[in-house]
Amino acid sequence: MSTVALLLLTGLGLGGLYFLIASGLSLIWGLMRVLNFAHGALFTVAAYVAWQLTLPWQTGNAAVAWLAGLVIAIVAGGVCAFLLEVFLIRPLYARPIGQILVTVGVALAAVALIEGIFGSDPKQMIVPAWMSASTHVFGADIPNTRLLIASIALLVLAALLFFLRGTRYGLVVRAGVENRAMVEALGIDVDRAFTLVFVIGGMAAGLAGFLAGTYFGYIDPARGTSMLIFAFIVVVIGGLGSVTGSAIAAVVVAVVQQFLNFYAAPGIGDFSVVILLAAALLVRPRLTEAG
Amino acid sequence: MNANVRYALAAAGVALLVAVPWVPLPLPPFFSEPLRAPGTLNLLALCFVFGSLALSYDLIFGFAGLLSFGHALYFAAGVYTAAIALTRWHWTLPQALIFTLALSIVLPALVGAVCLRVRDIQFAMVTLAFAQAGSILIMQNPFGLTGGEEGLALGVNALPGFLVGVANTRNLYWIALGVLALTCAIGWWSVNSAPGRVWQAIRENERRVAVIGLNPYFYKLGAFVVSSFLASMAGTVYLLIEGSASPDVTTANFTLALLVMVVLGGVGTLWGAVLGGIVYEYLDFRLVVLANASQLQSLPSYLRIPLSEPLFILGVLFIVLVLFVPGGLAGAVRRLNAAIHVSSGSH
Repeated sequence: MSTVALLLLTGLGLGGLYFLIASGLSLIWGLMRVLNFAHGALFTVAAYVAWQLTLPWQTGNAAVAWLAGLVIAIVAGGVCAFLLEVFLIRPLYARPIGQILVTVGVALAAVALIEGIFGSDPKQMIVPAWMSASTHVFGADIPNTRLLIASIALLVLAALLFFLRGTRYGLVVRAGVENRAMVEALGIDVDRAFTLVFVIGGMAAGLAGFLAGTYFGYIDPARGTSMLIFAFIVVVIGGLGSVTGSAIAAVVVAVVQQFLNFYAAPGIGDFSVVILLAAALLVRPRLTEAG
Repeated sequence: MNANVRYALAAAGVALLVAVPWVPLPLPPFFSEPLRAPGTLNLLALCFVFGSLALSYDLIFGFAGLLSFGHALYFAAGVYTAAIALTRWHWTLPQALIFTLALSIVLPALVGAVCLRVRDIQFAMVTLAFAQAGSILIMQNPFGLTGGEEGLALGVNALPGFLVGVANTRNLYWIALGVLALTCAIGWWSVNSAPGRVWQAIRENERRVAVIGLNPYFYKLGAFVVSSFLASMAGTVYLLIEGSASPDVTTANFTLALLVMVVLGGVGTLWGAVLGGIVYEYLDFRLVVLANASQLQSLPSYLRIPLSEPLFILGVLFIVLVLFVPGGLAGAVRRLNAAIHVSSGSH
């Protein structure tokens, strides 16, 4: 029982990370039909920027440094996403394949640059003492970071749903996912909504990058790419364009991964999730198109 | 230019390339050693391998219009199948090659039959998923076969004598050149065959092909198998040159690099793709040498660090190409040609 609780709650933490990356990817795809391969680079760059800028503070109050890092990562992710959208994606609106290719180029170049500056070795993250401790839940000692990340992801989900359902811009975005041409025909500036969605996605990716550092205890340049692949899987299983779908799929994928990695063999969980994606696409190719 | 002149030029080019291992001339600044030096031949052989691989990817992406994110899987299948047969099962080279080539048809036929049930971005995702599954499998070192993260080194005894040792690099060079020529021939023949024309028709408008009464599924599967087979063949040659199998060739980044090669050279042109593969591998290799050059080391760090990362330079070059030079190198050459023709015609 305690093992099951541990795997379940750890899975929730990991699922939270997947959701943060996948929600942005899913909205960007749903609205703009851009498969953003640079999303993993946003994740990595934001984490490293936050790590570098909070370095001087880490000798002092760890909690302050951690909170500052969190905010910096969100801002850095948003700023990078804004620059990416305006300077590289926007000129290629007429060429969808070109947009994918540009994000591939950004992904390769940005990760190489990070490796050049910081080296490929992991960088230790300093977290407040209470995060390294664990809480006793259902007979299991759950690391506090897992619970924290799961809660933050829930907050982000709530905020995103409020944005989509309760604000005017959210209405434009939802309408754009349904039928972009119609929204344009009504005289609404969809380009601005594109940028907004891209920036929101970038902020979520930056947050995920920083929280992944907290989850694993360190950051490294390669993490973004491997997380991105699982996020793609989550997006497709959850239904491209649907935030709620991404949230559910993120938890399912992470929990399945945790259980099989533990009970079968390490690696089998990752493997099964990938096969799960292939199965999901082949069984119901229509349903995965839009949520 | 009539056909005879073109064939004569091509034959002369091939003869020149065959003769390279006898040429003692240095070719600075392109190579740091004479042409016939093992280091240069090794680099050229690797360039040929990536030329072949890029061509194979262009067949499905450029000609059949299928955006696959899993092409690395078939290259890796060629590398690892041959490596396992040679080192774990102690087969002879011909046995290992025959087995590898047979598997190189069966594997893509099975995976392709499943992946091609969906199209467009879903197809890209399923191929990515299968390639990722292959990558995870190889990293897990099942039954101690693949060596996991450390990879699999061919011992000295795994290969016949004429393929081992620095002095025999020229043999590997000729093999790589031969396989590139074979790949070009198969590629050229298949895109000009009747099924090859259907691939291009599918790329332009799949529904119309179906309306004509042809089943696009089987043509796409044919393109997938031919292209993957050629990739596996390139992978086997890569194994012979490198002497070891490394899990790097299984990663999603490797497929992305392939995409860069083909776009760099020019999507949908065979020679453009080959050129793209060769240029990419050459730059990747030479930029590492450049990174250690003393002039570079004396630069301030904000210039030195980006310039010493080959992937950064290639990534930026790629972005610039996508933004400003659609059609890649082949497209640029075509426009240049057209400009020359226009200006000479006006005189």
